[in-house]
Amino acid sequence: MDHIAIVGVAQTGYEAKIRNKTNYDLVYEVTKGVLDDAGLSLADIDNIVTVSNDFMDGRTISSMAVGEAAGGHDKNISTVEGDGTFGAFYGAMRVLGGFNTTLVVAHSKGSEGSLKHITNAMFDPVYHRLIGIEAISASAIQANSYMDRFGLSEESFAMVSVKNHQNGFNNPYAHMPLNLTVEDVMKSARIADPLKLLDCSPVSDGAAAIIIANEEYSRRAKTRPVWIKGIAHCVEEYFLGDRDLAVAKSLRQASRKAYEMAGISRPVDSIDVVELYDAFSYMEPLWLEGLGFCEEGRGPGMLKDGITLMSGKLPVNPSGGVLSSHALLVAGLARIIEATLQLRGEAGSRQIPEAKTALAHGINGPCGQSHCVWVLSSEQ
Amino acid sequence: MVSTELGYDQLLSIAFSVPMPYEWSVGVYGSLFFHEIMNHNRFLGVRCPDCNKVYMPPRRLCGPCFKELDELVVLPNEGTIEAFSIVNYPFVDPNTGEQRPIPYTYGYIRIDGADTIFSHIINETDTRLIQVGMKVKAVFREKELMQGNVQDIKHFEIVNP
Ligand SMILES: [Zn+2]
Repeated sequence: MDHIAIVGVAQTGYEAKIRNKTNYDLVYEVTKGVLDDAGLSLADIDNIVTVSNDFMDGRTISSMAVGEAAGGHDKNISTVEGDGTFGAFYGAMRVLGGFNTTLVVAHSKGSEGSLKHITNAMFDPVYHRLIGIEAISASAIQANSYMDRFGLSEESFAMVSVKNHQNGFNNPYAHMPLNLTVEDVMKSARIADPLKLLDCSPVSDGAAAIIIANEEYSRRAKTRPVWIKGIAHCVEEYFLGDRDLAVAKSLRQASRKAYEMAGISRPVDSIDVVELYDAFSYMEPLWLEGLGFCEEGRGPGMLKDGITLMSGKLPVNPSGGVLSSHALLVAGLARIIEATLQLRGEAGSRQIPEAKTALAHGINGPCGQSHCVWVLSSEQ
Repeated sequence: MVSTELGYDQLLSIAFSVPMPYEWSVGVYGSLFFHEIMNHNRFLGVRCPDCNKVYMPPRRLCGPCFKELDELVVLPNEGTIEAFSIVNYPFVDPNTGEQRPIPYTYGYIRIDGADTIFSHIINETDTRLIQVGMKVKAVFREKELMQGNVQDIKHFEIVNP
């Protein structure tokens, strides 16, 4: 792959309701922030990718309302409706396609709409919507399928929630750092069996932005560039019933492609830190399996063995992950930002010492219908 | 065996008419704008120090200058018609779910001292009595009925036609 890099990052703090700021405000603040971080001016940015969802914003062509705040006056703006990792993927493609720089910005305010209505609207109006299925109940079915297939326990998922909420204390942007025990998670309200309240991520307001640059512009930026070594995404079937929910098939495919691009044959040995999209506690082990870090059904064992702790061989979600902050669409871009900060050595108290290669991951659609995988490196 | 033949009148559809609820933040400048209307029956704009353009309603940024704006300016409740259209087609108002009485006039109004255009209703539907360039004045809701939204302005009316 041609040499392209992430040269700037910015994110807002994540909160339940950012009452004093509109989406326009949030987009402006991270746009200004990412330019400051990169040490570039708007004149250095030759195209912009905004990431938004019309149902979230309650606005048709929601991207059009934030173009100005994203510095898009007189610029080429394009939009991705999906997770921020996919927006960044498109941004990277544009740099590979000849642009010097792409600014990618994602926003969402979960506080402004009804997430039950919005995620219900992901599903087929004829067969699924009227039954009332939405993100949480669909994920509960996936969690149960995964447990049944491999004989896993709810406690093993609860441990993920304990770890990630604890890690959140090291992340000044996190919405919900919590000091929990497995018992706290097990005793929290049963939302949709087997998911308890503390297995579920909060819904946050927030925004994030990155700048992707070609080799020339990565030298103009003041930051240490973080090189994009491998990127891929893959999607599986629309109808939940067509999928084997206990196995992350599209993630296996996407990660294989990304590893191949990055020249990685044994990911567990080559990758120093992982930021993945744990919207629910069970997702972390399931995605670790899909990413090829362990055998199917062995995901929970990685935490039991201490491998995914901050102190382990492969720290996963040192930021606290999506369980600690979940602004929809933004959360995947935040994974890329966290991975970038790790590789720049600027992750503060959540820094993994000497991290050289990081993996960031995002999902789109119910139960990880599609996955986007990023392999990043501090070395060109 | 069941045939795939089906009469056209047998085709089904799914009706969906439940509104999705939202609560949108108005933001700092938007809130200031509506408070100015509620308290003083007048408008607020904001000036860009780089290009001198006055935006009404006020906004956080001048897009072309990519400059953050904070120089608020008080504007009168009068302006000039820049364009208009008298709307005659039946229309269910998405805000009320009820039929909007027709005809009504949709106006493109430049408030005195502003460089941007404000849109609202003008209470003149006779094409012989309304023209581009005419002065108009905002008619506000009674103070106790104001809610801090764009309907606190009932409409604009033509001044001294
Ligand atoms: Zn200006």
